[in-house]
Amino acid sequence: MTTRTTPCAGSEAAETEVILDLDDISLSFGGVQALESISFDIRRHEIRAIIGPNGAGKSSMLNVINGFYHPQKGTITYEGVVVKAMKPYHAATRGIARTFQNIALFKGMSTLDNIMTGRVNHMHAGLLAQALYIGKNRREEIRNREFVETIIDFLEIQAIRNTPVGRLPYGLQKRVELGRALAAEPKLLLLDEPMAGMNLEEKQDMSRFMLDINEQYGTTIALIEHDMAVVMELSSRIVVLDYGRKLADGKPDEIRHNKDVIEAYLGVAN
Amino acid sequence: MARHWSLVTSIKTAVGASGLLNEDTPSSEGAAADTFPKLLLRNAEQLASHPAIREKEFGIWHTRTWSEVKSEVEQLAGGLLALGFERGDKLLIIGDNRPQLYWSITAAQCLGGIPVPTYQDAVADEIQYVLEHAEARFVIAEDQEQIDKVLEIQEHCPLVQHLIYDDPRGLEKYSTGSDRIHAFTVVQEKGRQYLDKHPGFFINSCQQGKGVDAAVFLYTSGTTGRPKGVVLSYDNFVKTARSGIELEHLTADEEVLAYLPMAWVGDHLFSYAQSYCAGFCVSCPESAQTVQQDLREIGPTYYFAPPRIFENMLTTVMIRMEDAGIIKRQMFHYFLAVARRVGSDILDGKPVSFLNRVRYWLGEWTIYAPLKNTLGLSRVRLAYTAGEAIGPDIFSFYRSLGINIKQLYGQTEAAVFVTIQPDGEVFPDTVGKPAPGVEIEIQDNGEVLYRSPGVFLEYYKNAQATRETKDEEGWVHTGDAGYFDQVGHLRIIDRAKDVGKLTNGELFAPKFLENKLKFFPQIKEAVCFGDNRSFVTAFVNIDLDAVGNWAERENIPYASYQELAGHEKVYSMVNDCILQVNKDLTADPKLASSTIHRFLILHKELDADDGEMTRTRKVRRRVIAEKYAVLIDALFEGQGVCHVDTEVTFEDGRKGVISADLEIREISSAA
Repeated sequence: MTTRTTPCAGSEAAETEVILDLDDISLSFGGVQALESISFDIRRHEIRAIIGPNGAGKSSMLNVINGFYHPQKGTITYEGVVVKAMKPYHAATRGIARTFQNIALFKGMSTLDNIMTGRVNHMHAGLLAQALYIGKNRREEIRNREFVETIIDFLEIQAIRNTPVGRLPYGLQKRVELGRALAAEPKLLLLDEPMAGMNLEEKQDMSRFMLDINEQYGTTIALIEHDMAVVMELSSRIVVLDYGRKLADGKPDEIRHNKDVIEAYLGVAN
Repeated sequence: MARHWSLVTSIKTAVGASGLLNEDTPSSEGAAADTFPKLLLRNAEQLASHPAIREKEFGIWHTRTWSEVKSEVEQLAGGLLALGFERGDKLLIIGDNRPQLYWSITAAQCLGGIPVPTYQDAVADEIQYVLEHAEARFVIAEDQEQIDKVLEIQEHCPLVQHLIYDDPRGLEKYSTGSDRIHAFTVVQEKGRQYLDKHPGFFINSCQQGKGVDAAVFLYTSGTTGRPKGVVLSYDNFVKTARSGIELEHLTADEEVLAYLPMAWVGDHLFSYAQSYCAGFCVSCPESAQTVQQDLREIGPTYYFAPPRIFENMLTTVMIRMEDAGIIKRQMFHYFLAVARRVGSDILDGKPVSFLNRVRYWLGEWTIYAPLKNTLGLSRVRLAYTAGEAIGPDIFSFYRSLGINIKQLYGQTEAAVFVTIQPDGEVFPDTVGKPAPGVEIEIQDNGEVLYRSPGVFLEYYKNAQATRETKDEEGWVHTGDAGYFDQVGHLRIIDRAKDVGKLTNGELFAPKFLENKLKFFPQIKEAVCFGDNRSFVTAFVNIDLDAVGNWAERENIPYASYQELAGHEKVYSMVNDCILQVNKDLTADPKLASSTIHRFLILHKELDADDGEMTRTRKVRRRVIAEKYAVLIDALFEGQGVCHVDTEVTFEDGRKGVISADLEIREISSAA
């Protein structure tokens, strides 16, 4: 057993440091206002949930964070640096990784190969060296494979290591996708509905993994999820969106009792 | 005592079937190796660089030699001692097969303590019972899951002082600042410090044990009541292991995959005792789900599996072949037919015509060898199966492929071996002849008694049960009914207490009937009733894999086990199976009255979590009779439909209720 890096969870200073700050973000597509003057921050080490009804702008928010969309207004500060017109690959090299609402894996490739693709930013050897598997590339590939194996062990997917992902059930594909995101050794992990379409047992497994990732690797997680029970239990803070506007922001207990949120999203309690 | 069969062979002290190990050479301190700590010292000396144990982790097999194992065990023992482990202390071990847990067994034994391996899927109160009963002060667990279970019950077990875990995942918070919870590596580090100060301690401590001492407590899963702690000595295991090694010519070069629960006596003998005695290497699978792949990578030469695993393998092969292309499928069926005709004879060295040999050779080349390779059985020289009766079809399938699979009959109380089928005398319906050193008697009521060097010392803290099972002369009551056939092979028909009578006075052996039913791939479990009744009825559990696959091909939609089980066509299919069994039964005048008249398909699978089966998947008759009394009455009273509410326990421990209206069928030949 290898010992993993000890998480610095519990150290208050680290928890309050802001890793990502979004200030006054507005995004529109033609006449459709997707996001309107939204500001919130994500602190290092926390699990931050973004919730809201369908079409509230949650996925757009994630797309803004990882540079897929560029907001017309507002500033994004990542690790103390204002980022402008960031491309997704810039986000990736800066330590932001994500999974997708609809699984986006290479269906014909094995679990192992899919997760290896997450290491692309850790491969520096030239094309020729990679093709011939010599010199620097050989060492690199062995090192990367070792890292990927720790992820496979972590996510308990040894049994499907060599199975093409197209043959796997949905819940496992989601897990592989999470593995690929983890392979990039992200500082900030964006998860777009990681538990959609899962049964109770799969949800429990996934929740366990998210907590373990947060604790063991010290990864900050931003999460979009519809299952309220899951969100309330996992997240340290929740931001609520509705029709592109921020409705509320706070700890799970505050959100649970926030009148606007109950009306807009959770339904009026009787 | 009606008949007396004995086959006592003297057990030589010098085994060395491999020629590698010299049992006569006294180890450094001058005593013969009669305990596992002494065997470890011997192996570390004579087989220093020979592989001892292997584990797949992070995708790679890591091998440890005997001298490395010795130093691991030494450090762990030192660490345990530093934590206050005393002679006679019990060490509870819980988890999947991991080298660290096997080392824990030896480490406890080196300190004069007693290891208590426990089933890894036991729920918290089962563990609590064993912890309390064994009075264990130390626990070594595989991971967070197991540690959590122990923590859950800790207030009921004040004796437990130290918890040690192997896999640190999720446990770092538990152990920081705790003087009770320790990481395996930290304990070993303590051990290294201790050893630096006390260099001679380990060898001294290893030499103190004697063959007659208690070596291990194995808790039997128990078909009735609370588990019993079977106390077995070093002699029990070392002598049994050696006679097995001699009989089957096992060497230090065998490959074994340790994948069955460590708490089970078979694993303790095959993966631990025999490995220490013969010096062969044991491999631990990566996880419980990867066993099939690991099997293929390791290619064991010596393999043990309960019939259920052989059955599952065959079912998978058959299902996958149905999906194969037409050419492959036809070749498969053609050569399988060839194998069925002549394969077993070739294996047993009987005369086979030249043409058939050529056919078989072609089959070996195109079908059998690739199939065996896929199953991980290419190199198997010796395979055992035991625990339950194996279907004749399944048994001959593997033999016809050239795999030397043999049946044995054993018990925890005997350190496994009671009877073994000798090479060349393998039959699907017997369990073989008495193993070396074993004497067998059949009592008037049909119960099988035995006496052997493997016979256990006692049930821990249960003198009454010990007296009831073992008499003063050392004869053990097996509780199984059986008889010797014409060729001197033992046949077991049922548990002696389960053999009942129908109201017409005819014999009723439920397990015999159930096994016949379970030989159909569609039927996973069956429970028959008929004692003190005028006819026989049955509960059936369908096999979700096999029937589900069939349903898919037949375009039968279903959402759950319950729905599939209640389907009209599934009922008809089971009806046909029972008809077949009834036909066989009528052919035997002794069993003609046992034909099954009525049956139903249960709405849920029988499950160990609900107490309906033991952890080794044996049916608990009394529990089922109580729980499903309504259904049993309905079966005998002639109702067509019966309503039932059943409490079930989910995997996370919550409980729920399943209710269903079950159809009851009269067996009809017009299906």
